[in-house]
Amino acid sequence: MAERYSSFQSGGRMWLLQRVTAVFLLVVLAFHFFLLHFVHHADEVSFLASSARMESLSYYSLMILFLVTATFHGVNGVYNALVNQGLTGTKRTVIKWTLVAASVVLIAQGIRTANAWAGIGLY
Amino acid sequence: MSQSYNRGLIEDFARWREFEAGMWAWIFHKFTGWVLIGYLFTHIAVLSTGIPAAGASEAAIAAGNDVYTQTIVSLEGLLLVRLLEVGLLAVAVFHMLNGTRLLLTDLGIGLDAQDKSFYASLILTGAITVASVPTFIAGAF
Repeated sequence: MAERYSSFQSGGRMWLLQRVTAVFLLVVLAFHFFLLHFVHHADEVSFLASSARMESLSYYSLMILFLVTATFHGVNGVYNALVNQGLTGTKRTVIKWTLVAASVVLIAQGIRTANAWAGIGLY
Repeated sequence: MSQSYNRGLIEDFARWREFEAGMWAWIFHKFTGWVLIGYLFTHIAVLSTGIPAAGASEAAIAAGNDVYTQTIVSLEGLLLVRLLEVGLLAVAVFHMLNGTRLLLTDLGIGLDAQDKSFYASLILTGAITVASVPTFIAGAF
């Protein structure tokens, strides 16, 4: 029988999610760069312009989904890299939950910022 | 029967002279990934100046005198920041192109051309980055 050399668990839900978010991020990150550097330019940024974009529900929803998927993909990637490096036992558990906490803070702060731009009272 | 196989740590960088294209692709993908997640945290921190800015008067916002606009304009006025943005683009483009290569590999597509697709990712990253420099630097001087 063929041997498996990979450190990743085959068929794992996290493995699949990492790839599904990758496909989504390929499209949305390209759109993000294109819109904010080529359509609009870095030296034209203003609260008013950011606010006008974020007041559109479709743009707001896309950016929240972008934030959540990018955070998951990035933090899960860091966790996988550390596991490949040989992280085990208590250290692995502590780092896992630290990364989860950092993700929650990042997403909460991102949503607060998006709400501030969109004129949503919750921020 | 499956057998255990001790391949040692993947990140045994002391062996770098023995690395082939696939290993370099793997290392670059990890490195660019670390940079991108680090940037995401920094990006949200900077954008968070939008929270206090939302409390500014309409006149201040209209005039661009709010803390968010001022922070971004100040940062974008620095040539170093513009150059770092070009670096960020290079890192993001490589991660995206090599990531596409990995997704295709996972699907069993292009297994025989792994080396070539890695070199293509590098060349395309270089070309896109160089072509983007004028746009990224515009207005910095």
